Amino acid sequence: MLEVKNVEKHFGGLKAVNGCTLSVQEGTITGLIGPNGAGKTTLFNIITGHLKPDRGEITFLGQRIDGLEPHQIFARKIYRTFQITREFAQMTVLENLMIMPYRQLGEKIWNTWFRSSAVRRQEKEILEKALDVLEFVELIKLKDEYAGALSGGQKKLLEVARSLMADPKLVLLDEPGAGINKTLMKKLVTKIEMLKDEKNITFLLIEHDMNLVMNLCNPVIVMSEGRKLAEGRPEKIKKNPEVLDAYLGGQYR
Amino acid sequence: MHIAGLSSYIVSLIIMAGIYAVLSLGLNIQWGYTGLFNIGIAGFFCIGAYTSAMITTPMPSGIYAKYVHQLFGLNLPFVFGLLGAAIAAGIIAFLIGIPTLRLRDDYLAIATLGIAETIRLIFNNEQWLANGPRGLMGLPQPLHSLVSERNYNYIYIIIVIVIMAIIYLAIEKAIRSPWGRVLRAIREDEGSASMSGKDVFNFKMQSFVFGCMVMGVGGALYAHYTRSITPTVFTPLYGTFIVWIMLMAGGSGNNKGAILGAFVIWGVWVGTKFMTDFLPPYLQSRAPYFRFLIIGIILEFILIYRPQGMIGEEKSVSKLME
Repeated sequence: MLEVKNVEKHFGGLKAVNGCTLSVQEGTITGLIGPNGAGKTTLFNIITGHLKPDRGEITFLGQRIDGLEPHQIFARKIYRTFQITREFAQMTVLENLMIMPYRQLGEKIWNTWFRSSAVRRQEKEILEKALDVLEFVELIKLKDEYAGALSGGQKKLLEVARSLMADPKLVLLDEPGAGINKTLMKKLVTKIEMLKDEKNITFLLIEHDMNLVMNLCNPVIVMSEGRKLAEGRPEKIKKNPEVLDAYLGGQYR
Repeated sequence: MHIAGLSSYIVSLIIMAGIYAVLSLGLNIQWGYTGLFNIGIAGFFCIGAYTSAMITTPMPSGIYAKYVHQLFGLNLPFVFGLLGAAIAAGIIAFLIGIPTLRLRDDYLAIATLGIAETIRLIFNNEQWLANGPRGLMGLPQPLHSLVSERNYNYIYIIIVIVIMAIIYLAIEKAIRSPWGRVLRAIREDEGSASMSGKDVFNFKMQSFVFGCMVMGVGGALYAHYTRSITPTVFTPLYGTFIVWIMLMAGGSGNNKGAILGAFVIWGVWVGTKFMTDFLPPYLQSRAPYFRFLIIGIILEFILIYRPQGMIGEEKSVSKLME
């Protein structure tokens, strides 16, 4: 589904991503792990158009997407969340969701003045969908709160909700489990699995919580020093000596 | 003071406050909803005023042609002046936006500040453009023949209020719609907005151009109110910073606040003029500075004790469905 081929990105002398080649298969929850500085987040930034690769190519469903702007990547049905959640703080939870659908009629200023009944009709559909999604992630009670007022874990759920509003095919999650408690974590994991099965959404996620990765992801890709080191089923990865050297430090041996 | 004198005084006060309210509404689109830091309002105010003046006056002829120079004179009705002012301000905004809106906010601030002064100085120094420092005089006023000269302001107050109301409604409609929702998302987090599929540059451009067009209309309303304009009016103090204070005081991110702030601050500004009349003579010459001081202190109090302004942003703004 997503193919990354020989991608390189340098920051001055630092080779953050150095000839990285990997692929994500449709219908999987693929884990992306690796020590700090392995280039995982940089790779996410390249895939989603925040950075331009110096070399290499990226294809999604057979089409080249490297070098596109972030909003064009979104149009290809790829959504990503950030390590530190980036909700629109001074907007309500509901507004945070309703903004997501692509190319709404009412985003054209002329339409807001001269085609207001059509805009209103579409707005109603978007509202209903947003309420459904909020029901699904169990944030419905908070719909009129400022998004900035939510707890860390609720913000992670809000990110999942926002991605659902976009009807994505592929969602990139940057450390979804960081800084949230176990109960919320379980909820998050269940939601991700449900979405994979029911909505056929593919996930690629960066995570440092090994329990989460080992339980949720298959396959797992290991990155180190800007390139792919290994790929395989989690139980295999756990025992791969190269991975243990690079990453786990050997204590799991 | 006679009753008639007082009422005409109040009328003129409301007219000026209404014109400033238009400027403040324009700024609210940019700063209040999109977070664009435009500190060159005076430039768009100036362009609007001069454009409308030249559209509505005839080209000087005969003996006047020797003393009055202007780029063009179309002698068209007031409505065309308003439209022309909006279009000219919008075009200039578009050109400024191309290089600056892709950059960080502070660059837009520096660029707009510099360009506003540049525009004023061009009008001041280029005789052929709009008569240099002597400016343009004798601008026509709409519906002037209906009433006597003395009572004309009772007509103009209606014109100003109606135009202000139309602009208010147009902005409200757009802001309550998905269009405004995108602008507010850009204000909150540009990166996240682009990740949500929004063409951030494009929306910032729309917001900037729309806001500047509104400011251009404000300039036209001002020009036809005073009937004569010179470049000295469009200084940063009267053209830009007082508008910022109005928006901050009234409530950034709230169109009603933008209007309220304009009326209150203009009231304070004019009111303090009365007060300084009571100062001893040796302080009279410094009076304008006292007035600025008072306005400055008000701004400090607002920023410290009520940063959201008199009426801040409503909690949920996308209200199309309610």
